Amino acid sequence: MSKYVIIGNSAAAIGCVEGIRSVDSTGDITIVSSEEHHVYSRPLISYLLQKKTDLKRMKYRPESFYDENHCDIIYKNTAASIDPEKKSVYLSTGRSLSYEKLLVAVGSSPFIPPMAGLESVPKRFAFSCLDDALALEKALTPTSRVLIIGAGLIGLKCAEGISGMAGSITIVDMSPRVLSSILDEDSSKIVQQHLEEHGLKLILSDSVDSFAGGRAILKSGQSVDFDILVTAVGVRANISLVKDAGGECGRGITIDSSCKTSLPEVYAAGDCTESVDVVTGQTRVMALLPNAYMQGYCAGRSMAGDAEAGFTNAMPMNSIGLFGLHIMTAGSYEGETYDSYDNGFKRLFYKDNRLVGFIIAGDTSKTGIYTSLIRNRVPLDTIDFPLICERPTLMAFSKETRKEFLGCAR
Amino acid sequence: MKRVYVNENWCLACHLCEYYCAFANSGGHDMATALKGVKLHPRISVEEKDLVSFAVSCRHCQEPLCVKSCITGALTKTDGLISIDRDKCVGCQTCVLVCPYGAISPAEDGVMQKCELCTKNGCEPRCVQGCPNAAIVYEER
Repeated sequence: MSKYVIIGNSAAAIGCVEGIRSVDSTGDITIVSSEEHHVYSRPLISYLLQKKTDLKRMKYRPESFYDENHCDIIYKNTAASIDPEKKSVYLSTGRSLSYEKLLVAVGSSPFIPPMAGLESVPKRFAFSCLDDALALEKALTPTSRVLIIGAGLIGLKCAEGISGMAGSITIVDMSPRVLSSILDEDSSKIVQQHLEEHGLKLILSDSVDSFAGGRAILKSGQSVDFDILVTAVGVRANISLVKDAGGECGRGITIDSSCKTSLPEVYAAGDCTESVDVVTGQTRVMALLPNAYMQGYCAGRSMAGDAEAGFTNAMPMNSIGLFGLHIMTAGSYEGETYDSYDNGFKRLFYKDNRLVGFIIAGDTSKTGIYTSLIRNRVPLDTIDFPLICERPTLMAFSKETRKEFLGCAR
Repeated sequence: MKRVYVNENWCLACHLCEYYCAFANSGGHDMATALKGVKLHPRISVEEKDLVSFAVSCRHCQEPLCVKSCITGALTKTDGLISIDRDKCVGCQTCVLVCPYGAISPAEDGVMQKCELCTKNGCEPRCVQGCPNAAIVYEER
């Protein structure tokens, strides 16, 4: 019997441990990890291949983290089912764990669309966890022709990660745009041009129909010869553990503002969940590391008895660097726009007296000031709007607000 | 804990805080040789418009979004001080995306840097010491 059981060992799980420990310094915590690695940062796998980090430095928390927080960790196990009435979780190895409070932080899994002959491709990789990256690295040679399916965040970060280690990289995506989930048409053109200048071959508005030998036949009829295939089309939230136990789910596990699921004493956080986007008010999966950590932290405090714990300002946001170009996006792309091409590309979206979104590529300095205007729903008539459009600056706030920002403990 | 606070009424927009900051973090022995001909990357920056000016550096927030959002674990908070392990940082700039004050920025090498109250320089914040008009102070509030 462990007071707290956490299924998962990534950002949301770690947030949960830190949340629990901010309230309860002694209650037993057991963590179940599917992988056999100390907690590492998933988004760093591309930086690992680029040699911008290594296995030691990519640890998300210090080596001593589990000991210092009195956590038992069970590696190489997954949860097979939950019995909410018995307050027990059954592991794939047959072992069962009983809990007082359970956190489900099981993330998402790569989604692979049907493509004829896919099974026959010998060197085929996903790019979502450390073992994927290590296996891909091992297979690469300086002459490898790599085909990546998907020009989204994962596919493009993978391309950047391996660009110095492969002979050629071709990326196919059915969307007409790169990074179609976070960029609009104008900004994707700029990013696309930048990627092509760095040697990536992009085939857009097309997809793989079938594989034959070392050749991919596309829907358009053209073909791409390759040695190594990476599938990076997208991910789906892992909801089955909670759904099979009778818990409410949409595209992700349904949680309330304290990260509680519809099952008693069961909480969920991170990429496996869906939550309310503060900008649109709509419920959606927002699979990004900062949200995962903050949800996990909130769940942890809540599990340890803090009735006030809540995480109510989740929003989509991304910071991604590709071949030296930094791109930041946040919120939703609706309403009126302000454009600037002075230092790269900047498009602000505003509606009903609020900033609701932005896309910035190039000069990203102080962009957090924009993010905070969105997150805090700051009425634009209370700040110097023309100035804030021109550049993100605290000068745009009133003198009183500036005094609160800079003259008081925050 | 003691933090750096700013009173814009006294700021002269002289930018000396930026010079003292860059010097303190340069490891050099005198300011002229440490900074001459070098592009400055200070961790405090002066914003100015018309006759208003003030310096901005890390607020060492009680609920630090940068620490919570950091994808590497490079940003940590210990005893109220937010510091960065530049060896772990990969320069993804998620902290830049979330800091409400625009108080974190890349150094020349692309790795993030921020005000750490000169704790790694073995002195009280140099920007405060160098401010000629007490527009920046280091105190408990």
